[in-house]
Amino acid sequence: MGITEREALKREQAATGPQLAVEAGEGTFRLVVVTPEREVLDQPVDSVVLPGLRGSIGVLPRHAPMVVALRPGVVKYRSGGTFRRLAIAGGFFEFAGDTATVLADAAELAGEVDPERARQALERARNRLRRPGPDVDAERARAAMERAIARLRAAERDGEREPH
Amino acid sequence: MAGAGVKEIKRRIRAVKSTQQITKAMELVAAAKVRRAQDRVLAARPYARRLRAVLSRLATAAAAPQAPAEPVARGAEAQREPGNSGSRAPGADGRAPHPLMAAREVKRVGLVAVTGDRGLAGSYNANIIRRVTQRWRELEADGGPGLSLVAVGRKARDHFGKRGYPILESYVGLGEEASLAAARRVARRLMDLYLDGSLDEVRVVYTEFVSALVQYPREIRLLPVSPEAEPAPGPADEAAGVQPESEVIYEPGPEAVLARLVPRYVELLVFQVLLEAKASEHGARMTAMRSASDNAGELIEELTLDFNRARQASITKELMDIVGGAEALKQ
Repeated sequence: MGITEREALKREQAATGPQLAVEAGEGTFRLVVVTPEREVLDQPVDSVVLPGLRGSIGVLPRHAPMVVALRPGVVKYRSGGTFRRLAIAGGFFEFAGDTATVLADAAELAGEVDPERARQALERARNRLRRPGPDVDAERARAAMERAIARLRAAERDGEREPH
Repeated sequence: MAGAGVKEIKRRIRAVKSTQQITKAMELVAAAKVRRAQDRVLAARPYARRLRAVLSRLATAAAAPQAPAEPVARGAEAQREPGNSGSRAPGADGRAPHPLMAAREVKRVGLVAVTGDRGLAGSYNANIIRRVTQRWRELEADGGPGLSLVAVGRKARDHFGKRGYPILESYVGLGEEASLAAARRVARRLMDLYLDGSLDEVRVVYTEFVSALVQYPREIRLLPVSPEAEPAPGPADEAAGVQPESEVIYEPGPEAVLARLVPRYVELLVFQVLLEAKASEHGARMTAMRSASDNAGELIEELTLDFNRARQASITKELMDIVGGAEALKQ
C-alpha cells in the first residue's frame, strides 16, 4: 500500500487545513541517516520522501510509527524550502517518536556523489546485464545498476527550490 | 670483559638499537591504526542500535501469541483492504518468524575463529587459538554435535590447518581495515551453510575491543539469530521509539520487512565482529611493540653499563701496564 507523496500531502492538508502554514515552526522532525560505517545525516526536516519497495512514501511530522523496507533509490527531504537528495543502496526506514531514521546499506549525500564514477558503474552493470553468462549474477548486476541510477539522480537534481 | 669484549658489546648495542627503531615504528603505526579502528567501531553503533531495536520488536511481536483482542481482529481482517493483510505478525502460529531464526536439533556446529593475518601482536592470535581449541574439546567431550571450523585470518587457518582440523571455509587477506564488503561475504556464506543444513549452529570466537590496552576473547552465537546476541554492549535503547507493536505500520508487511532485516542483521554482526577484532589486533600489536621497545631500552642501558665497565677495565689495565713498566725501569 504505497502511499504516494502527493496522497500523503493531500491527507495531511485535509486533516490540518489552512493552519498548516501557521504551524510551520512546529512542522519539523528529526531525520537521521545511518549506515553500518557512519552517520550520514542528522538534522531537522519538514518532510521526507522515501523509495519504498512498492513505491515512494512521503512522511510528514507526526506520522504514525512505521517501518518501511527500502529499495535502492533517492531519499528526498525538504529543509527550509529546499529539496535535498541523497542516494541509498536499499535499507530500512523507521519513524518513531518524532525521529525518522533511515538505516541504509550505504548512503551518499548528493554532494558526495562522483557522477563520473557513478556513470562508469552504471555502464559496467548494463554491460553485465546485456550479455548474461554463467559468471554473471543478474540479480547483483541489477542491484548495482539501481544503485548507480540512484546516485546519478541524487546528484543531478539536488538543491532544487520548492516549486510555487 | 677484556679488550675484545668492548667491541662485541658495541656491536650488540647497535643491533638492539636498530631493533628498537623497528619496534618503535611499528608501535606508532599500530597506535594510528587502533585509533582509526576504534572510530569505526563507534561509528557502527548507531546503526546497530537502531537495527537491533527494530528487529527485536518485530521478532518479539512475531514470537508472541496473538493478542487477546484478536478474535475481534480476526473478524475484521477479512474486511480489511487486500493490501493490508500483511499486518498480522509473522510466525504468530508458532513457527519461527524467519528461517535464520529457526533453532533446530544441533547436529553440526560451525566454529568461526577470528584471528589476524600477521603475528607480532603479543598474545592476540594465541588467545583466540587457545580459546577455540578449548571450546572444541568441550564440544567434542559432550559427544554431541559434529564440528567444523571456519578460519578468518591466516593465523587461524595455518594453525588449525596444520593440525588437521576440518576447515570448512577460510578467509585470509581481508585487509588491515575491516570492510563491510568482506563482512558481507563471510556472513552470506555462513547464512548459506545454515540454510542448506550444513550447519545447525554457528558460533564465533573473536576478540572484544575494550580499549587500546584491554581486549579479551569472546564467543557469540551468530546463528540461529536471536536479537539479543550483540557483540558490543551499547548503551540502552532510548525509551523513545519503542512503541507498542499494534501501532507500528510495516510496509510492505511484517514478513517482508523481517525477511530483509534478518540477513542484514547477520551481516551487521559479522561486520561488528571484524571491526572489534581489527581494533583489538592493532591494540595488541601496539602494546606488544611498546613493551618490546621498552625492553630494548633496558637492554641498551645494561649493555651501555657493561660497555663502560669494560672500557674502564681496559684503561685501568693499560695504566697498570704502563705504571708497572715504569716501576721496572726505575730499578
